[in-house]
Parts: sequence; structure tokens; C-alpha cells
Amino acid sequence: MTIASDDPRVAAAAAPPPPAPPPATAGRRRRSRLTRNRWGYAYVAPFFVLFAAFSLYPFLYTAYISLHDVRLSDLDGATFVGFGNYTELLQNEFFWNAARNTLTIGILSTVPQLAIALGLAHLLNYRLRGRTFFRVAMLMPYATSIAAATLVFAQLFGHDYGLINTLLEAVGFDRVDWESGTWTSQIAISVIVTWRWTGYNALIYLAAMQAIPNDLYEAATLDGASRWQQFLHVTVPALKPTILFTVVVSTIGAVQLFGEPLLFSGNGMTSGGVSNQYQTLGLLMYDQGWTNFRLGQAAATAWTMFLIILVVVGVYGLIARRRARAER
Amino acid sequence: MTTLTPAPEQAPPAPASASAPRRRGRRARKVTSAGPLTHVLLGLTALLSVFPLYWTAVAASKTNAELAGTPPPFLPDADLFTNIGRAMEEAPIGLAIANSVIVAGCITVGTVLCSTLAGFAFAKLRFRGNKTLLGLVVGTMMVPTQLAIIPLFILIAQLQWVDHLQAVVLPTLVSAFGVFFMRQFLSQALPDELLEAARVDGASTLRTFWSVVVPVARPAMAVLAMLTFLTAWNDFFWPIIALTTENPTVQVALAGLGGGYVPDTAVIMAGTLVGTLPVLVVFVVLGKQIVGGIMQGAVKG
Repeated sequence: MTIASDDPRVAAAAAPPPPAPPPATAGRRRRSRLTRNRWGYAYVAPFFVLFAAFSLYPFLYTAYISLHDVRLSDLDGATFVGFGNYTELLQNEFFWNAARNTLTIGILSTVPQLAIALGLAHLLNYRLRGRTFFRVAMLMPYATSIAAATLVFAQLFGHDYGLINTLLEAVGFDRVDWESGTWTSQIAISVIVTWRWTGYNALIYLAAMQAIPNDLYEAATLDGASRWQQFLHVTVPALKPTILFTVVVSTIGAVQLFGEPLLFSGNGMTSGGVSNQYQTLGLLMYDQGWTNFRLGQAAATAWTMFLIILVVVGVYGLIARRRARAER
Repeated sequence: MTTLTPAPEQAPPAPASASAPRRRGRRARKVTSAGPLTHVLLGLTALLSVFPLYWTAVAASKTNAELAGTPPPFLPDADLFTNIGRAMEEAPIGLAIANSVIVAGCITVGTVLCSTLAGFAFAKLRFRGNKTLLGLVVGTMMVPTQLAIIPLFILIAQLQWVDHLQAVVLPTLVSAFGVFFMRQFLSQALPDELLEAARVDGASTLRTFWSVVVPVARPAMAVLAMLTFLTAWNDFFWPIIALTTENPTVQVALAGLGGGYVPDTAVIMAGTLVGTLPVLVVFVVLGKQIVGGIMQGAVKG
């Protein structure tokens, strides 16, 4: 997982291959005759050359920048400040505000999304008429870009002319100023994320459900388990690895949330609302780097985001392992 | 990681009649037909999924006042084309679509090629450090885009590539997902015997790759190509930094449209519609295959 410590090996991938290992013993002969060692490096080389140039080198360089004061207006004049950017970040109320917003929007968009997706997958798993139609329709939002989806939803959530407020008014509620409220704007942004990803996750769950052997359900039926009990005690446990996978992927996406809060404001401002009520970490980083020209600060924010992802995913891993042990 | 050989379909093809209620199906729970409630719920979900896209067309043809009327309008009218024309004047949408096709096309070809090569090596060849390298590939999926963009921006600024398409294409070619996806597919779909036979026939390694591996990998390559194209077309964060509205991709043009310079919502919606339509058309045509691809990738993931 740690990227920095592996870089000598990456260099090795692009370097000439090492001498072949000693001849294989009889037991391994067939397999090793079949696969000529030295060719492996040649095949992975194109990927790793690109990877070294456009991923690994930037990651490390970002770490370097985060220890310096670098201005976008003066890229060559960097002064070393040690962990100054990080300490400044931790004293910065905008950072804590963005971290809070990222957390709340993350929860608001991930939890309902995955719960609905699980329910939908269950429904899609019945014998259906028009199966393909339902699946394709549910995946349409996934094919819609962040920019397009956000512009449309910004219109739908509009204060004076938005369809949602028009409908609310029609059933007797007051118009809601979605964009300016903290909770309302975060709910609106979460709706965009949920709309885009629910169908996609439902299909992933559905694929995993179809791989559950039928015998389990038959045994459960013989034991007199109801539909609901079967779902709880057969389907959900069998889906645990898949659920963990989707939770991890959604979390990584939530920490990086950027396009939706940027375009939701309708004026292209990077502040995330007048009082930064929906400025996420991704947006804050862009704001620091490309609005305030402070690349050192932006790099520190980026590394902090990565650490947050590592910690959260690590915690998920621990919980999953604990639970697996407890069940044994 | 490596799954065992996939279970063959044990069930003989069942007669079409659904008379036997509890037949051992190939799939779990296919035995129960959906009730009306299930159909209604799924129908509602499908409606909610598609409605915002339909509403884009409605909103693109109305004034704000018309949109807020009671009852709200539910059909687009002839002004749609006027507004599309105005959106094309406000933002270079034609250029943006051409750019997006070029960018997404190049990224797709490059990614599929690199991923198939590397995926094959990780699935079938044994070389020192391949586990470590594969771990590295998978590990990068956890790294946020934010971690790379500052140096990349400095790099393209120094190369004077800002606003040039290669600035978007090159960094996006690195697809850890693609490598992993191809590896998972090939470790199952490509029998060692085939490689062995090619070797006995004296085929060179590259020759083996082209005439043995690629034909087997073709279905997975097609799926990966579709997913990569879609992702590249919709990519937002890096293009908006690397390009300006002078030479935009569709997403950059849309961000410019929505950036407050165009006061008229209908024009913004018209631009959104034009920018999204190509993908949606492709999606409707290939939707079934894309659904299949996502579901395949999920089981193996």
C-alpha cells in the first residue's frame, strides 16, 4: 500500500530484467517452461513507464511541494517551510469547515445510496419482464457527466423557478432556498451523487447476488425462513465482501468530491457557497491552488486527503476482520 | 484473488413454461417472479433515473417563468432549437464534442492496449516482484486525483501544453482498474495449454500475444473500452485544470456555461443537452453490453 517505499521496484520494472532464476525443479517445470520470466517486465513496462511519469512521480513531488511555500505565480521560487503548510492547515477554520462538510455530505450521499442500491438489487433479482430496460434505465445517470448532472439538478433545486420548489408549493409547503442553507445545500448535493451512483451500485450487488448458490436459499426455505429472513441471513452475509468493496469505493469518491459543489453554486465560485456551507476538501484544495495561488497549501491538503482515505479504509479493514473472526 | 474455474451451467436448459415453481435455476432466486409491487417500484426508480435527463430538454425550451408555472410544462417546444443555437454561440460546443471524441478515443485505445499487455503478464507470466507490482497497481486505486494534479499542472505549464489535448490524454492513460480488470479476466479465460501449444509451435512471445491472448481477451477488451470511453468523456477534474474554455472538452465547456456568464437557464440547459446527448445515444445502443460489463467486472472484483 505504501507507495513511496516501493519505488525502487518500479524503477526495476522499466530497467533491464534481472538474470533468470536457477532452473526450475521437475515439479515446477511445466509451469515455468510455459512462462518465460524475463518477458513479464516487457509486458508491464508500457503501463509502468506511464505510471512512473504521471502517477508516482507526481505523488512524491506533491509531498515535496507540501513542505514548501510555492506560488502558482512564481513556480521556480520555492522556500522550504517544513511542516508549516500542515500546521497552518490545522489552524485554518476553512480546513475544518471543509472537512466537516466532506464528512456530512459523504454520509448523506453514501449511506442512503448503498441502502437503496441493495434494495433495488434485491428487486432486480426476481424474474422480471423488461429486465434489460430496467437495468439500462438505472444506469443512465452513471453515463451522465458530473457537470451535466449538477447543472440540471441546480436548475431543479432552484429557488424561484426550480421544479422541486414548484412541487413543494403545490402541496402546501414553503419554497426552500436549497443553495443558501447548510443542510439543504448538502442534501441537494448528496441527491446529485446518489442519483448518479445508485443504479451502478445496484448492478454490482445484483451481480454478486446472482453468484449466491441456490442451495443456500433452498436450505433456508426448508428451515422455514421467510423471504425477509432469507434476505437478512442468506443474501446480506453472502454479499459482505461486495458491500465492503462498494463502501470503500464510495468513501474514496466522497473524500474527493469536487465537481458537484463547484458547479452547484451556479457562478463557478470555488468558495462552495456564500458562507462556504458546502465547500468540500476537494474544492478547498482547488481554491487554495488555483484561486489563491498557494500550491504548497493545496499540496498539504491533498496529502491530508490521502491520509484520511488510508485511515478510513484501514478502519474498515479492521472492522471487517474483527467481524469475520467473531463469526468464526 | 484467483477464482477457481467458473462453475459450468449445470442445469439443463429448462423448458420455457414456468409451471414447475421451484426449479433449480442457474441463478439464485430466479425462481420467483416479480409481483406487481416490484414492477411498480422498479418502474418508479427507472423514471427517477431518466427524468432529470428528460427535464433537461424541457427546461432548454422554456423561459424561467414558464418553467415555474402551475402546472409546470412537461413537453419541450420549438424554442429548444433556438436555444441550442444560442448555446452553441455562447460556448464552443461543436469544438468541445470533437475534442472529447479525440481525447476519449486516444485514452481508450492506449488504456486498453497497456492494460491488456500488463494484465496478461500479471495473470500468466511469472517474474520476480510481480506480486509486489500488482499490489502497487491495486494500491493506486486508493490515491485521490488531487495528489497528482499540482505537479502535473507544473509539468504541462513547463511543456507549454496548457490547452493542448495531449495534456489531458497522457496522464489519464494510467488505469490501475484496467490492468486489474484484464488480469482477473485473463487468469480465468486463458488456459495455460493454449500458451503451451503456441510455445511448442515455436511462436515468439509477441506472436503468441497477438494470435493467442488477444483473441481470448477480446470480449473483456470491448467492455473495458466502453467503460474507459465513458469515464474519459465524463472526466472533469483534470481537464478543467489542464484546459480552458478556448479549447475545451465537453465537460469544460459545460462548466464554463454554468459558470455564471450565461444568465439564461434555458441556454445552459440546451448546452447541457447537446453535450450529454452523444453519450446517451451510445449508451442506449450499447446499454445492454455496458450493463453486462459492469456486472462481469463486479463478480471478479
